[in-house]
Amino acid sequence: MVNLGPMMAKATWETLYMVGAAAFFTLLLGLPLGVLLVITARGGLWEKPGLNRVLGVLVNIGRSTPFVILMVAVTPLTRAIVGSSIGTTAAIVPLVVAAVPFMGRVVEQALHEVSPGLVEAALAMGSTNWQVVTKVLLAEARPSLVRGTALMLVNVVGYSAMAGAIGGGGLGDVAVKWGYARYEMDVMYVSLVILVVMVQVMQWIGDSLANRFTHK
Amino acid sequence: MIELKGLTKIFKQNGQEIVALSDVSLHVPRGQIFGILGQSGAGKSTLIRCVNLLERPTAGEVWVDGREITRLSPRELRAARQEMGMIFQQFNLFDARTVFGNVAYPLEVAGWPRQRIWERVEELLALVGLSDKADAYPAQLSGGQKQRVGIARALAPGPKVLLSDEATSALDPDTTRSVLALLREINQRLGLTILLITHQMEVVKQVCDSVAILEGGTVVEQGGVLELIGRPGSRLRELFYEPVGDVAVRIHPEGVRVVLFFVGASADQPLISAMVRRFQVDANIVHGAVERIAGATVGRLLVELTGRPEDIQAALRFLEEQGVSPEVIPHG
Repeated sequence: MVNLGPMMAKATWETLYMVGAAAFFTLLLGLPLGVLLVITARGGLWEKPGLNRVLGVLVNIGRSTPFVILMVAVTPLTRAIVGSSIGTTAAIVPLVVAAVPFMGRVVEQALHEVSPGLVEAALAMGSTNWQVVTKVLLAEARPSLVRGTALMLVNVVGYSAMAGAIGGGGLGDVAVKWGYARYEMDVMYVSLVILVVMVQVMQWIGDSLANRFTHK
Repeated sequence: MIELKGLTKIFKQNGQEIVALSDVSLHVPRGQIFGILGQSGAGKSTLIRCVNLLERPTAGEVWVDGREITRLSPRELRAARQEMGMIFQQFNLFDARTVFGNVAYPLEVAGWPRQRIWERVEELLALVGLSDKADAYPAQLSGGQKQRVGIARALAPGPKVLLSDEATSALDPDTTRSVLALLREINQRLGLTILLITHQMEVVKQVCDSVAILEGGTVVEQGGVLELIGRPGSRLRELFYEPVGDVAVRIHPEGVRVVLFFVGASADQPLISAMVRRFQVDANIVHGAVERIAGATVGRLLVELTGRPEDIQAALRFLEEQGVSPEVIPHG
């Protein structure tokens, strides 16, 4: 019990690092993916039914693959990007691969909530498609996008617990290794409490930001 | 200003072809308020969306201010759209932007510098009487205020044409009147050409100079509002007035029932009393309405004439000469 402090601090940091980095890259890829899903759809701003179908299938594959299997399946990709398939940094790759399709759908849904009338008005005012996407779709969907991002973060926290399995470390790893394997229930509960607090904070920030952006 | 030539729009839905517009040709003169009147499903929405190519016509040409819009490149089309403002039934304001931000939007799109945007938006908010609402969000406004913001936004880049898509259909009668008065004011002050679609006869009555009646995707009639109202048997007149039989009872069974239309100058003359004095007939007014339409006085009277048949015939000829196009309603 004596060394619990530093160990928990390290695990917390690992979780924050994995989740933070994964969330960053997920947003970077998930936003464009969601936008593409919307604008390439039939009747969209940039109708490309073929591309739309391909993206849809890819997203569904990503979404239906259990994370434990996905982690192993993307090993070659992880090695190519990070140079190793084991460790905290390496865990970020599968986290991103798992979260991007989810985020894509979240973004797609958020943008679908924007009234088509607003897009029409923007086009009637001579907007380019880029302006419609950035100044209208993304701007109007901001509350839903923020809520969706909080949802994604919480999901990634959940996935990150499993990432311990490939040497990712983090709170989930500690909870399993100490609590489950060695019956050190205290360690497990402390890890759990930290995770719960983390998720609460994320949700709270997400909700309050979303409320601030809501003007309906 | 706006010229539509042989416009046809066919939608394909589940392998079926739906003809929304069929060979529509229209001419909207510069500086006029031109109404397109039709029931829902008549193709009005499609028609107005073809003017700025939100809908691309299947066939036909759209000309605005001497340019063929249907032949423009995407870049040219965007520039052309900035010269055509549009307002909507559901206002279509950006909820995430303030009133100021909404009016500024088309200017941002057009790449205006910040300082000029600021000045222009202030100017427009003053024009529509919403200077004190610049920082409000659309959700905090009433319907009439929202449409005023919509109008300010549409006018921001200084368009030559304003397209109005049922702009008053979601408003109550009082607000409708005030929004229409604003459109009339803008039309006169800025010389703006306005093309509006509506299913409300009230709108045609209050602001339109000319009108086209759209039924089943074709224009069945078009022309000046007063000219059409004054023309016996016109579709506009038919839509404008309830059938006489529904509004008046018969008082003298033997009397000749005549409907008289007064348009403009003839409405200001005491025609009935002149007729009664000159001919041996009595006139009994059973029903009547006099209104201001397109800035002129327009009236319809239902009169029962009694007297000797030859006197009645002479009186009718007199009325005919006076240009009130008497229509005798057969007994029955």
